[in-house]
Amino acid sequence: MERLEFRFAGRADAPAASDGEALVGVVGSGNLEVMIEQVDLGGECLVTVDTSINGFVETWESVLRDFMERHRLGNVRVSINDGGATPAVVALRLDQALANLGKPPR
Amino acid sequence: MDASPRPPRTGWNSLARNYDARMLRGGALADGKVVAPDRATELLEAVIEPHDRICIEGNNQKHADFLAKALATVSPDRVHDLHVVQSNIALAPHLDIFEAGIARRLDFCYAGPQGLRLAQLVADGKVQVGAIHTYLELYSRYFTDLTPRVSLIAAEAADRDGNLYTGPNTEDTPAIVEATAFKSGILIAQVNRIVDKLPRVDVPGDWVSFVVEAPTPHYIEPIFTRDPAAITEIQVLMAMMVVRGIYEKYGVTRLNHGIGFDTAAVELILPTYAEELGLRGKICRYMSVNPCPTLIPAIESGFVEAIHCAGSELGMERYVAERSDVFFIGRDGSMRSNRIFCQLAGHYADLFIGSTLQIDLEGNSSTATLARITGFGGAPNFGSESRGRRHGSPAWLQAGREAHRAGMPRGRKLVVQMVETFREGLSSTFVEKLDAWELMDTFDMPLPPVMVYGDDLTHIVTEEGIANLLLCDTLAERAQAIRGVAGYTAVGRARDRHMVETLRERGAILYPEDIGVDKRLANRDLLAARSIKDLVRWSDGLYAPPARFRNW
Repeated sequence: MERLEFRFAGRADAPAASDGEALVGVVGSGNLEVMIEQVDLGGECLVTVDTSINGFVETWESVLRDFMERHRLGNVRVSINDGGATPAVVALRLDQALANLGKPPR
Repeated sequence: MDASPRPPRTGWNSLARNYDARMLRGGALADGKVVAPDRATELLEAVIEPHDRICIEGNNQKHADFLAKALATVSPDRVHDLHVVQSNIALAPHLDIFEAGIARRLDFCYAGPQGLRLAQLVADGKVQVGAIHTYLELYSRYFTDLTPRVSLIAAEAADRDGNLYTGPNTEDTPAIVEATAFKSGILIAQVNRIVDKLPRVDVPGDWVSFVVEAPTPHYIEPIFTRDPAAITEIQVLMAMMVVRGIYEKYGVTRLNHGIGFDTAAVELILPTYAEELGLRGKICRYMSVNPCPTLIPAIESGFVEAIHCAGSELGMERYVAERSDVFFIGRDGSMRSNRIFCQLAGHYADLFIGSTLQIDLEGNSSTATLARITGFGGAPNFGSESRGRRHGSPAWLQAGREAHRAGMPRGRKLVVQMVETFREGLSSTFVEKLDAWELMDTFDMPLPPVMVYGDDLTHIVTEEGIANLLLCDTLAERAQAIRGVAGYTAVGRARDRHMVETLRERGAILYPEDIGVDKRLANRDLLAARSIKDLVRWSDGLYAPPARFRNW
């Protein structure tokens, strides 16, 4: 088990959570869990990955950077427990979790 | 001119005379054509001669397992140096005979679960491999330089005259029988039962030398059953891309599917996704495949109209029998399969789609993994351009227009690999160099064991998108098109972003949004059946899954 942390500059004008109430998007299947929270991070994006497969830091960074750029994100905290999932699964889950942002978890 | 000296010969019918001598020895152990199972080993010792070429029937499904075991117990003093010419090395006795010195040379197609042990025996010098073939290749050699002298085959039932009933698993029997019986070879059939009257005759009795009623029914493996419960959302996403980006685009009506979960996902979204797109009657009408249970919803919903099978599948017998408009059914009501005809039908179809373990930057693909000899089976014949084809069809002609943009107009078969960029344990499907090269050196093969060559391949589908190799003009473009769908693998991350954009503008790379595939729909809810139980329901209770697939 390895814990990876990434920090991306993010979009400074991205909305932060209003009234201190965090919006949360959660998707889970098998052992893979993805949670996205919208919180005030001064525009930054913070990502924590708990992965069962060591040695894929660069791969994770690419997946996450593309995700942040694809959606022009800022002020989000992402937590991933990868359960050995491939980057393809994680990328799809990230998109879905974002789509769920603010909706009650399924 | 002097005539060159001819080799001395003992007449023109030595094989037939030798057959008679063998039959005399074997006949002494038989009651007519029937030999008791406890005399099987004796029979084999009587009719097999040292250095014979021998075929033990066994393929994806049925196996002449009783006769294989009997052969492994003959005395190596009497029977030795056999040359085994058979499609599958799947059972322990297939290799026991090499360990015991009964057999020495081997020409085959596929080793599957025995691949590791075979590799060891080759390394130990116990097995001399002639070549590894595709099914069609090996059966073709049965009719040239590798005709079996003795063949041990499997059938469902026999009568006392030696007529055989194969039931739905006819498979390779016709090819083996034809080559052996008509070249004065000995044909011994293991059957599950001897009866007075057969439901139908699949092999005429006068071609058959001896019949043995085996103590237990021949072994059959349900290798084509895929539980929909194991299909992932990524596979659903790739299936959506296949439907829109390939089947709909080209109007593919005649095709062959591989047997993995990827193509099962395609089959299971036909009644949902493809139906909503209005594609029923326009795609996937004729298939050359085994009766895979995941095809049931596509058949029931009117997508797939006709299927010819290489073999049967356990549990599908009744369902298939009740759908004689779709399947090829004998007058007795059970299916007739035939691997050669199915392979030929698939070869001349519009499309092959399958999966693989590794793809390189030329598009060559291989399922070979280090330390194991597996072989080829049928995929290279299904998954290759059919250069002998001459008749047109919309899909073939449209692919041909993409492939041959100048000069003589031609058609083109669509050959598709459907793969996730990463396999389990984050090993990359896309590689700079196939393991097949190392395997060639390890096992002293003449060529790297490539399953589908890059110049036969037309499309690669991954979770990232589709590479259309027909629209690539140079090897450099082809490599970038492959990198462009290789996701976050090292191969994918080394892409030239500018070139990938250019190729995308040309349509040589297609991402989901380019072909109207909404990734948000990539959900298991899109599967027409999400469990084996759903398949049973779709079949009106006619599909009877083997116990191991029942969890209710």
